[in-house]
Amino acid sequence: MKELLWLIVALPFSGALILALAGRKLSRLTCSIIGVGTVSLSAGLTILAGLDFMGNNPTGKPYLQVLWRWIDVGGLSPDIAFHLDAVSLTFIFVITFVGALIHLYSAQFMWKEDGFSRFFTYMNLFIGFMLVLVLADNLLLLYLGWEGVGLCSYLLIGFWYKNPDNGYAARKAFIVTRVGDTALAIGLFILFMTFHSLNIREILNAAPGTWGIGSGIAVAVALLLLGGAVGKSAQLPLQTWLPDAMAGPSPVSALIHAATMVTAGVYLIARTHVLFELAPIVQTTVAVIGAATLLIAGFSALNQHDIKRVLAYSTISQIGYMFLALGVGAWSAAIFHFMIHAFFKALLFLGAGAVIWVLNDEHNMFKMGGLRKKLPVVFWTFLIASGSLAALPLITAGYFSKDKIIWLAYVGDKGSVVLWLAALIGAFITALYTFRMVFLTFFGTTKAEPSARPGTGMVIPMLILAFFSFAAGYIELPENMGHVVLFSGFIEKTLPATATIHLGNSTELVFQLIAGLAAISGLFVAYKYYFNKPYPAAVPERNALQNFFFNGWDFDFVYDKMIVTPIVFLSRIDKDDFVDLFYKGLASLARALNIVLSASQNGRVRWYAMVIAIGAILTLTLIFYP
Amino acid sequence: MNVPMEQGILLAAILFCLGLTGLLVHRNIIYMLMSVEVMLNAAGLAFIVAGSAWGEADGQVMFIFILAMAAAEVSVGLALIIQMFKKFRSVDINKASTMNG
Amino acid sequence: MNILFYIAATAAIVSTLMMVISKNVVHSLLFLIVSLFSVSVVMFIIGAPFVAALEVIIYAGAIMVLFVFVIMMLNLSDEEKRKKRLMKSKIWIGPSAISLILLAEMVYVLTAQPGYAMGQEVVLPVAVGELMFTKYIVVVELAAFLLIAGIIGAYHLGQKEKTVHHRYLKNKNQEL
Repeated sequence: MKELLWLIVALPFSGALILALAGRKLSRLTCSIIGVGTVSLSAGLTILAGLDFMGNNPTGKPYLQVLWRWIDVGGLSPDIAFHLDAVSLTFIFVITFVGALIHLYSAQFMWKEDGFSRFFTYMNLFIGFMLVLVLADNLLLLYLGWEGVGLCSYLLIGFWYKNPDNGYAARKAFIVTRVGDTALAIGLFILFMTFHSLNIREILNAAPGTWGIGSGIAVAVALLLLGGAVGKSAQLPLQTWLPDAMAGPSPVSALIHAATMVTAGVYLIARTHVLFELAPIVQTTVAVIGAATLLIAGFSALNQHDIKRVLAYSTISQIGYMFLALGVGAWSAAIFHFMIHAFFKALLFLGAGAVIWVLNDEHNMFKMGGLRKKLPVVFWTFLIASGSLAALPLITAGYFSKDKIIWLAYVGDKGSVVLWLAALIGAFITALYTFRMVFLTFFGTTKAEPSARPGTGMVIPMLILAFFSFAAGYIELPENMGHVVLFSGFIEKTLPATATIHLGNSTELVFQLIAGLAAISGLFVAYKYYFNKPYPAAVPERNALQNFFFNGWDFDFVYDKMIVTPIVFLSRIDKDDFVDLFYKGLASLARALNIVLSASQNGRVRWYAMVIAIGAILTLTLIFYP
Repeated sequence: MNVPMEQGILLAAILFCLGLTGLLVHRNIIYMLMSVEVMLNAAGLAFIVAGSAWGEADGQVMFIFILAMAAAEVSVGLALIIQMFKKFRSVDINKASTMNG
Repeated sequence: MNILFYIAATAAIVSTLMMVISKNVVHSLLFLIVSLFSVSVVMFIIGAPFVAALEVIIYAGAIMVLFVFVIMMLNLSDEEKRKKRLMKSKIWIGPSAISLILLAEMVYVLTAQPGYAMGQEVVLPVAVGELMFTKYIVVVELAAFLLIAGIIGAYHLGQKEKTVHHRYLKNKNQEL
C-alpha cells in the first residue's frame, strides 16, 4: 500500500479543487461528503500504508516515492518526492485521522453558516499542504507546505471576514509567522549554499562531516531554523498570534491551531535534529524557550475568561513542553507528546466548540456553568481530555507523555534541574487552569440554558478522540511500570534515542510521584477556588498583575511600541520624499497626456480614417526620405 | 502586350486614392463602406499586377484572400449598418459618435 | 492589346470618380459595379483570367447584391440634406488634398523602381489552385475561419432586437 502514498496527499487537494471550482453549485450535503470523504479516504489509506510500513519493514527503512522533478535550475533540482519514515508516518496519521474526525464534526458545526463550501475548500487544502509539509523529502517542498498551511491558517482565521476584528487577527497571525518564515528561508539559503542541495537526507548525512560541533555556521543555521519553528509553533518570542487566532471557527482551532499546524515547528526541529545536535547552544536555547513559553503561557491561561483563549494558551504551553523535550534531546518523547496532545487538545477544542455552539456563541466561562447535566456526553469527553491535559497520574494518556518529558528534562544528558523545575511548575499550573475551566463551565449553577444539543455528527468524533485521549498513553509506559516502548521503539528507528544518566527505577518513582503530586495539587487548588463558587456571570475583575498575565505578559504592547510604532512613524515621515516626487511627476505627466489623447478619441469614424491616411503619408515619407 | 508594371500599379494607386477620398468626404456609412470596397479592390489589383509582372500565381492567391476578407467584412459591415439604422434612424456616421470611442 | 488596357483603366478611374461624387446611393452603386467590371477587364488583359472571373462573380455579383439588399431595406429619407451638403466645395478640399499627397508619394515611389512588363505570360487557374492548396494551405484555412466568423457575426448582428443579457448593457441600452 505504500505505493499509494501520493494518493494520501492528492485526495485532499482534489477535494479542495472540486469544492473551489464547483462548491457554489453543490448542495451542502454534497460539499460535506466531498470534504469529509476525501480526508477520510486519506486517513484510511494512511492506516493501510502505516500497517504496510510497520509490518513489512522491521528496520524502519524509509520509503521514498519520487513523483517528478519539480525544478531544475542552477544546480537546484528538488523533486516532488514523498519520504515516509516513522516520524512522518506518525504525523500523517495524526493529520489525516484527527483531520477526518474534525471534518466530520465541522460538517454539522458549520451547517448553518454561510460559506459552507468555502470552509471545506480551505480545510481540505490545509490537510493537503500539511501532508506535503511532513512528507516532503526536500526542504523546498517542506517550505511549500509550510507556506501553504500558513495561507490556509490565514484564510480560516479570517473565515468570518465580515467582522474586521477577525481579519485583523488573521493578518496578525500571517505577519507574525512571516517573521519566522523569513528566518527559515534564509536558513534554507545557507543550507543550499553549503550543500548545493536541499534534500533532507543528503543534508543530514553531509552536515556532521562539513561542520564541526558548535561551529558558527551550524549555530547560525540552527538558529534560523529555530526562528521558523518558533514562528509556526507560537513559542517565545513569536507566540502572540495564537490567542488571537481563536477568531476562527472552533474546528479550525482544533485542527490547525492545536493539533497539526502549530506542531510543524516541532516536526521541523525533529526532522533536522542533526543540525541542532551540531549546535548544542541552540539546542539548549530550544529547551529554554520551551520552558519559558510553557510557564508564560500557563500563567496567561490562568487569567483568561474566554474558554477558547484558555485552550489557546494551553496549546502554547503544551508545545512549550514539546520544545523542552526537543531541547534535551528527547526526540521520541516530543513526538509522543505531540500525538497525545493532538488527540486531547483537538477534543478539548471540539468540546469547547460544542459548548459555544449550544450557548449561541457565548465564550465567557463565567457565564456558563452547570452544563454537566445538560450536556453529559460533552462533559464526560471534555473531562477525559482535561484529565489528559492536566496529566492526572496513571489514568490518562497525557500523564505518560508529559511525565516522560518531565523525567527526561532532568535525566537527559542535556537536562538540568532548572528545566525540570520549570516543567514541574508548568504541570501544576496546567492542572490548575484546566480544572478551573472544567469547574467553571460544567459545575455550579446553570447561568445559560443550552439552545440545542450536539448531534451525532459532532458527538462521534468526540467519543473517538476521548478513547484515544485515554488509551493512547498505554503504548508507551515508563521503565518501572511495565516498560512498554512501542512508540519510542518505533520512532527511534528514525530519530536517535535519548542519552540519559542512569538513575534507577526507585529514583524515577520519586520523580513520578512528584510530577503526579503537582498535577493533583493543581486539581485540588482549582477545586478549592472554583468548584461551585458563585462567581458573577460577567468578565471577572482583575488586578494589575492578573491583567498583565491576561494580556499574555504584555508582549503585544511591547511589540507595538518597539516595532510597529517606529515603523509607522518612519513610513509617515517618508511619505513625501523626493523619490515620490519623481513618481508623482510621472503620474501627472501621464494624466496630462491622457487629457490630450482622449480629445482625439471623439468617436468620429471619419476623423479616425483621416488620421490613418495622414499616418500612411508620414510612414511613406519616413521610409523614402530618410 | 507590354504595358509597364508601373502603369498598372499607378492605376491601383489612383483607385485607392479615389476610394480614400470617398471615405473621408462622405458621412453616409453606405458610401463609406463602398469606398472601402474600392480601396480593397485597388489593393488586390496591385497584387495581381505584381504577380503578373513576375509571371507568378502568388499575386492571384493573395487577391483571393482579399476577396474572402472583403466578403466577410461586407457581411458584418452591412449587418452593423442595419443595426445602426434601427438604433439611430439614420445612416449618418456622425450620429453614431455618441458612443465616444 | 495595350490600347485595351488604357481604355479599361480610364473607364475604371472615371466610374470610380463618378461613384464618389454621385449624390444618389443607387447611382453610386451602379458606378461601383462598372468600376469593378473595368478592373476585371484590366486583370484579364494583364494575364490573370481566373481572378478576373472571380472579380465579376463575387465582387460585382455577390457582394454588390448585398449592398442592393441593404439599400432597399433602409428606406433612406434624408437624401436632400445630403445632396446639399455634397454641393459645398469646402468639404472636398481636405480629403482631396490628403489623397493627392498620398498619390503623389506613391507615384514617386513607383517611378523610382526599374520597370517590368506585365502580362508576358498568362497564369492559369491550375497554377493558382496548386499554390493555394500547397504553399498557402494554412492561410486558406484561416480565410475559411474568417468567413465562418463573418457569417455568424452577420447573422448575430442582423437579428432583431433581443433581450440584453448583461445588466450593464441593459442600463446603457435604456440611456440611448
